[in-house]
This record gives sequence, structure tokens and C-alpha cells, in this order.
Amino acid sequence: MNIHEYQAKALFEKFGVPVPKGAAATSLESFKTTLATLPEGATMVKSQIHAGGRGKGTFTNGFKGGVKFCKTKAEAEETAGKMLGNTLVTAQTGPAGRKVQTIYFTVASTIKKEYYLAILLDRATSKPVIVASTEGGVEIEKVAHDTPEKLFKIVIDPAFGLAEYQIRELIFKLGFDATESKNAAKLIRNLYKFYWETDSSMVEINPLITTPEGEVLALDAKVSFDDNALFRHPEIVALRDLNEEDSKEIEASKYSLSYIALDGSIACLVNGAGLAMSTMDIIKHFGGEPANFLDVGGGASKDQVVAAFKIIVGDPNVKGILVNIFGGIMDCNVIATGIVEAVKEVGLKLPLVVRLEGNNVAAGKATLAKSGLTIVSGDSMADAAKKIVKLVSA
Amino acid sequence: MAILISSETKILIQGITGDFGGRHAKLSLDYGTQVVAGVTPGKGGQFFDHAGKKVPIFNSVADAKKATGATVSAIFVPPPFAADAILECVDAGLDLAVAITEGIPIKDMVRVKRAMQGKSTRLIGPNCPGLVTPGTGEGSNGGCRIGIAPGYIHKKGHVGVVSRSGTLTYEAVFQLTTLGIGQSTSVGIGGDPVNGTSHLDIVKMFNDDPDTHGIIMIGEIGGTAEVEAARWLKANCKKPVAGFIAGATAPAGRRMGHAGAIIGGAEDTAESKIAVFKECGIEVAITPSDMADALIRAAKARGVTLS
Repeated sequence: MNIHEYQAKALFEKFGVPVPKGAAATSLESFKTTLATLPEGATMVKSQIHAGGRGKGTFTNGFKGGVKFCKTKAEAEETAGKMLGNTLVTAQTGPAGRKVQTIYFTVASTIKKEYYLAILLDRATSKPVIVASTEGGVEIEKVAHDTPEKLFKIVIDPAFGLAEYQIRELIFKLGFDATESKNAAKLIRNLYKFYWETDSSMVEINPLITTPEGEVLALDAKVSFDDNALFRHPEIVALRDLNEEDSKEIEASKYSLSYIALDGSIACLVNGAGLAMSTMDIIKHFGGEPANFLDVGGGASKDQVVAAFKIIVGDPNVKGILVNIFGGIMDCNVIATGIVEAVKEVGLKLPLVVRLEGNNVAAGKATLAKSGLTIVSGDSMADAAKKIVKLVSA
Repeated sequence: MAILISSETKILIQGITGDFGGRHAKLSLDYGTQVVAGVTPGKGGQFFDHAGKKVPIFNSVADAKKATGATVSAIFVPPPFAADAILECVDAGLDLAVAITEGIPIKDMVRVKRAMQGKSTRLIGPNCPGLVTPGTGEGSNGGCRIGIAPGYIHKKGHVGVVSRSGTLTYEAVFQLTTLGIGQSTSVGIGGDPVNGTSHLDIVKMFNDDPDTHGIIMIGEIGGTAEVEAARWLKANCKKPVAGFIAGATAPAGRRMGHAGAIIGGAEDTAESKIAVFKECGIEVAITPSDMADALIRAAKARGVTLS
């Protein structure tokens, strides 16, 4: 689960990770009162959406930049008015962009130097890792590729936590002066505490900055949490912003369906994540484009299939559906009956190819054939994929 | 022979009195697997009845091991308690803990993995279908089935299958069996980013197992575990190997069902993994329908008999 920058920074403050003073507003009317909580002077105006590349983004109304520096609060108020309620397109949002529903105002800090700091899981060691660099405010992938010697990694033993000597090692490598070092140590210590205690899957500060006064501040904050651990963090679940999520994906999650919308025209409905991914791949292999990833899990009950069909037909790009079920334990005939009922209930008009395999498959195929519906049967994944691609392009 | 488990293996099931665990305990008993104990704290002394068999239930893994000689556990307990269940197996000194549970917090697994360092217990999973060593009976009955895989699609033989994904494992096994080619053991290692046993661990075992003549290795986007295994195979394995990587069409930054199936960097993509497979002499299945055929091609090229 992702949260907004302003929410992440509020959590940072709770954990003792210093951030520039700021305040968020969700309506034009509240801009003045929100800005009144900040000191007069240079102010940053930051669009709050769950996507990166905001500064270089463009609004669909032509306004350029989702993050702006303003010399005065009055200018900040005017600038925010051009962002709120408008759609921001960035490199990460896709062409549809995201509607900006919250503006975050912060005091504009004087930057002495920018750094990069992140904590995430190191999959190779199954341990948390701190990644830091003296090159902040730029794409970290580029730093890793061009100047790997400027990227530092500290792997943390989960049994002992982050050790003081590791913090010192990092600080020496980043080259902070005496005052900065003291502040940076505290920030790193507290950021790790935040990462560990909140079940974060990733915390990224880019840039982390020093000021001429020796302060060390998180100028930006990107945080995501482990979905599997949300059950023990109701305070984090409360920060979920449904405006930032695809409505079809929200609907799918109500039926324990794992759904991700894509751009193609052939929808698929599959049991199992690996099989679902490879069903998308095989559609592409035979010349089609998958419209989604959809895993119905182990069961594939009638209710789930109905819900899945409804979500699929809600996507106007979809021209055909491929159902691929390996009913290992589940009776294929039960699944087939569910598919037939679902097609009738939804009133499905689109071409439908079903590939069923596994337990009691002959009876399942017979049920599909007897249904009186135009359901095309596929014998293997390859056969089914070829058939749906042909039907959709016909 | 096979790897990790055989028809002699005695297993216990943690969470046998739950709906999910109970259902699969019955299927394992039907398959002829030696399910000798169940563990549900507070229900010690009761029995799990199925088809004339009475499986004793114990309060702890240690008690169950002591009374029955079970060496392997299948874990079906809910996510908030699953890490604890794994540690209980480690403490009781079981040979193998197989965590079927989906949705265990990653931090819990990070801690479990650290706690297992230097211990004798091996973990498979979590979020995995488990493993099957097929038997000689009808529909491979009489084998050892741990977890949730369909037993009957297997056939006793000489191909080792390893995969992160359950249904893709079944797909590969089914293709092999349909072509009359049996399996030594099929292993689902699970779709989470932190798991107990890697592709590399399993292919090493298949390489050492004289009964395994060929290997199908199935992977996904995310992480670099398949790449590590492929490089090892190139240097150490003479047996024919076929590979498949799911997720060529997956967009970056989106988690594809499995917590571990997410493209984070350049090395995580299907494209880069497939390139390494090819470079390491692994016969790549062009589509998921091609997995068994790919292994047959690899076996022919090396003059190896699979069945």
C-alpha cells in the first residue's frame, strides 16, 4: 500500500525524522488558513499523487510542473489554485494522469547539498538494506549505473537491528561535517525504526538535504507498506486513498480477486498468479494484447467468476475473454457450471474461449458444450490463446 | 529415490483442524501419504478421522514428533501465526517445514529466516503448493504429497520440477504425465520475496539425485534467484534442463499476484532472465504449453532418456 508524501512526512515527524515544516489542503477555500500555519517567505507547492516525476509533469490544462517553488505565500496560493482539481500527467502515471485532490505546502529550504537515502528488503540476503548516495535529487538507477562507487549499501542483521557503527560508517562515506553528522545519525536511526516498526516495504528519501545551518532534512518522502502486514497497522490502513487506486482493482479485491488493468483487448481470467502471468504472455506470443492480469485464486467459485466477468466487461477496450483454469483439486465440472451461470447472469456478448484442465475435465467440457452458449473450448493454453486472438482480430 | 521426501516420510500437519488444513489432510491420506499427526494447540488428545483412519492430534510439534516420529510438517495456520508455527518446527528439530500459508508479513519471514540460520530444519515456502514425490499406484498413489498440489496428475519417474508458482507446476507436471514421462519430485518453492528454499537449493538436490534424469525450472519476474540457479547449472550440471519464465508482459512496478513477482530493476525482467537461461544452456520453453516438449528437446540433445 502506498501513501502520499504529506502523510509519510507526518509519520516521519512522529518517529523523529526531521522534515521541512508543511501543511496540506484539499480545497481552494482552505488554502489561506493552511498557509497561515507556515511562516511568510519562500514556499513549495506540491501536488499529492501516488506517482513519481511530479516536478517534470504537465497538467492536462497545460500548466507545467506538479511541484513549484514560490517566492511568497501569495504566489503559492495562486499556483496551488492551478493544480488542485486538475489532472497531472507524469512519466509514471501513464497518459491518463492522476487528478490532484490534495496540495501540500512546505517551507522552501535552503539546500547546501542533496543526498539519497532509502531502506528496503535486500532479496539476496533476506535482510533489510540501507542504500545511500552522495548524489541526491537525481534518478538513483542512473547513479547505480553510471557511478556505482557513489552508492553505499549497509545490510542490517534483523536479529540485532541497525548498529551504531553501521550508522557511523555510512556517515563517513557520505562526508557530513560535525554538526551534520550528529543530525544525520539521528535521522538514519529513526528512519530505520520507522521502516521496521511500520512494516514498510520501502522508504525512500530523494533528496535528503543539508542546510547551511547544519540541519539534515527529508525534502521528499516515498513510502510503501507490506500489504500482508496491514492487519496489524490499522493506523496505516486509515491513510489509504481510494482516489489513487483503479476502481476495478478495488472492486476485484472485494471478491479476493487479484486484478491489474492493462492496455490490451483480450481479458483473461486464470487461477494462480504464475499461470495468470503466463496466460498474458501466451496471448502476446500469438499476436494479441492482454487487457489485464486476473488471478481468481485456488477456488474459482461462481460468485468470483461473476464478479470477474463484470469487472472485465466494464473495461471498454476488452474485445474477448480467455478463461484458463487448471482445476487440480477443484472439480472442473463445478467450475464449468459456474462459468455458464456467470455468462448468463452477466449477459456476456463478447467472444469467450475456455481452457479447462484437471479433475473431472470431461464432464466440465460437456457442461460448456451443452450450455447453448457460444463458448469456444481450448485444448491447451496454446490452442486457447490462438483461438481467442483469432476471434478478437476477426 | 527422489529428493526431500519419499513414500516412507512421516508427516504432521499444523492446522489440521482448520477448514483448509483438514481438507488437504484428507487428500494426502487418500493419496496414501503417511500423515501421522496433527497439531492444534488446545486440541491435544483428540483425533482427526478420515476414511477409517484416526490421526492423533497434539498440542505441540515437539509432542507430535516424540510420539509419532514425524520428520516433516505441513503448515496451514493463518498468516498472523504462521511465523511462530515455522519456528516451532525449527525448535522441535524437524527435517523439513513446508509453509503453505499465503500472506505472511515479510518482516516475520525476515526474522524467521534469521532465526533458522545454523539450524538443521529446512523451510519450503511460504505461499507455496508444497511438494510431491509420486508413488507407484494408480494415479501415482502411494506417494508423498505435502501441501495442496493435485496428486493424481503425477506419475512416478525421473524428472524434477521446481517452480515458484503452484498452477504452473501443475501445468508442467500434467504435460509430462500426458506424454508418459514421470517425475522424481515436484517442488513449489513459493511466490514470496523471502522464502526458505531457493531454485538453486532444489536444482542442486536434483543434480545429486541419481534418480532424477532431467529438470524443469520455472521462474517468474522479480528477484534474481533463477539467474543464480541457471549460472550454477551451467557450471555444475550435466543433466538436461528446460526453463520457463512467467511475466514477459508484466509492467514494471506492479505486483503480479505473488508478493515477489514485481519488476524492481533491470535484472528482474523476464527478458533478462530468459537471456541468462539461454546463455547457460537451458532449453527455454517458448510458451507455457511448451515446457515438457522443451525438456524432451534438451534430453535429445544430450542423449538422455527421461522415462
